[in-house]
Amino acid sequence: MITLELLVASAIGVLAAGGIYLVLRGRTFQVVLGLTLFSYAVNLFLFASGRLKIDRPPIWSKTVADYADPLPQALVLTAIVITFGMTALAVILMLRAFLESGSDQVDGEACPASQEDEA
Amino acid sequence: MSIAAHLVIAPIAIPALAAPVALLVMRRKRRLGVAVSLTACVAMLVTALALLAQAGGGAVRSYAMGGWPAPFGIVLVIDRLSGIMLLLAATLSLITMVHAVVTRTDRKGWHFHPLFQFQLLGLNGAFLTGDLFNLFVFFEVLLIASYGLMLHGQGPARLKAGVQYVIVNIVGSSLFLVALGLLYALTGTLNMADMGARVAAIPAGDQGLLRIAALLLTSVFALKAALVPLHLWLPRTYAVTTPAVAALFALMTKVGVYALLRVVPQVFGADAGAAAWAPAPWLLPAALLSTALGFAGVFVARRLSEQAAYAVIGSTGTLMIAIAAWRPETLGAAIYYMIHSTLAGAALFLVADVVARRRAGHGDATAPGPAFAGRQATALLFMAAAIAVAGLPPLSGFIGKLLVLRSVAGLTGWGWSWAVILGATLLGVIGFARAGSAIFWKDDGESVAHGHARTANADLAAPLAAILLLVALAAGAGPATRFAGQAAAQLLDPAANAAAVMEPR
Repeated sequence: MITLELLVASAIGVLAAGGIYLVLRGRTFQVVLGLTLFSYAVNLFLFASGRLKIDRPPIWSKTVADYADPLPQALVLTAIVITFGMTALAVILMLRAFLESGSDQVDGEACPASQEDEA
Repeated sequence: MSIAAHLVIAPIAIPALAAPVALLVMRRKRRLGVAVSLTACVAMLVTALALLAQAGGGAVRSYAMGGWPAPFGIVLVIDRLSGIMLLLAATLSLITMVHAVVTRTDRKGWHFHPLFQFQLLGLNGAFLTGDLFNLFVFFEVLLIASYGLMLHGQGPARLKAGVQYVIVNIVGSSLFLVALGLLYALTGTLNMADMGARVAAIPAGDQGLLRIAALLLTSVFALKAALVPLHLWLPRTYAVTTPAVAALFALMTKVGVYALLRVVPQVFGADAGAAAWAPAPWLLPAALLSTALGFAGVFVARRLSEQAAYAVIGSTGTLMIAIAAWRPETLGAAIYYMIHSTLAGAALFLVADVVARRRAGHGDATAPGPAFAGRQATALLFMAAAIAVAGLPPLSGFIGKLLVLRSVAGLTGWGWSWAVILGATLLGVIGFARAGSAIFWKDDGESVAHGHARTANADLAAPLAAILLLVALAAGAGPATRFAGQAAAQLLDPAANAAAVMEPR
């Protein structure tokens, strides 16, 4: 029986693992993808920190006995906006670095793979 | 509420207003933009002094933003340590801003002043906030501004280091969010004071998670503070960025230290069960390594700015040696040393900038070059800055290190602390002496300086101001250490802090 908890937890795990793997790669494009995946994992995790609840209103009122925690939703919204801005900045920065130094390696060294392609 | 009560928000409001105004007027009227920026810095200095005077009485004051009471709204909290940090930020920003304007560093791009103000907004916010998520947001504000400032002036070397700096910090921020999520899930609050009260009631089954959250948070702050082994981003970034900016960045590593000082006693203090003082056993080895490695870096660095960057790592390490014990007397010593090391590190970066400007063609490489205008004056400034950073008498570095050494004496592992601090100091002294004699005493044969022979010595003003502040800190060591001790005592009394935050007015 696949529960919601298992699904969410494994999704976070897979996203985080893929993200960390890609962040540790040498080329900037993969790193950007990795950062994005990792931030998805983090956002899902933040979302889950308010407990997993389905079909509940996020607003407290006297008629509602059981409600979803609205605060993590607000936090995730903030985190998404910040991550979006950061990712955009990182992409532009890496593009500039590529155009100026001619290398898309994070450490700025000449890229061995592209030399092979040219040969 | 009176005006005085609203003063707490001013260090955040002033740069938040000055940045867009400077951005708008910059294109049409440069001078007006610069004037706005400088005025904002002076206004921040005045506010910081007023706030420090208010906080000096010992009362912790909280300011509920939007009138929402804690723990539902976001609060700003000001106590002695926040006051000290605000004053330090305002002073340092004024010095570096003046240096940037005088040396025309700010003309290398359009957005220096707005970015500078946003950076201050982030710094001041991080020093004031009493809410953990808000701390994250202000961290992001100061980081985003620092990306822009770090790249100010551009060039391939800066872009290369910039890419790494941005990646490291985005990963750091993500980990910060994970820790926040864990803490919120466990305690149901983000207000630090409230969280501190609630961690004690966490069931035994969740203690492991709490410990993980504590250690994650510590690693994030250690990354910002550039503690070994999380220091690799710092030397590259600080050494290639514009020195005036690097001087301001000397404060940025201290934000990580400040966050540790703020969060650990408040949330992971004695009542926190399995997570009580969880970061403590890891901090001392990391601090010892940072001190040793930082001053070893000073010893081998080939450029003055690189040397200054390693000195920042080393002095943060020394600071953390004192903090790792989490006792009132060690924290008091640490706070005094923190003020000193920020100013001293900044002074060293500024002197490196002066040398690089005057030795056009040779830069700040620690190798013999041509004689240049104002060599003696620059040499004296370098000597003063080096003495301060290394911790020799008569400047405040000596007093700071002495306080640290005295406060850790007798604690577990104090032999290591003493050996590392004293050994690292020796390495630093030799490194600085070697660099200074190569740059200021040796000629490479060419008697003509390539730089334009300037008679104006305005670029010496900012480093001189930083050194004079260090002299003042040394001269006023008695009152300063007493105040630092009081600030430390306040930090280690989370209950009083929580009482002030949870029941404002």
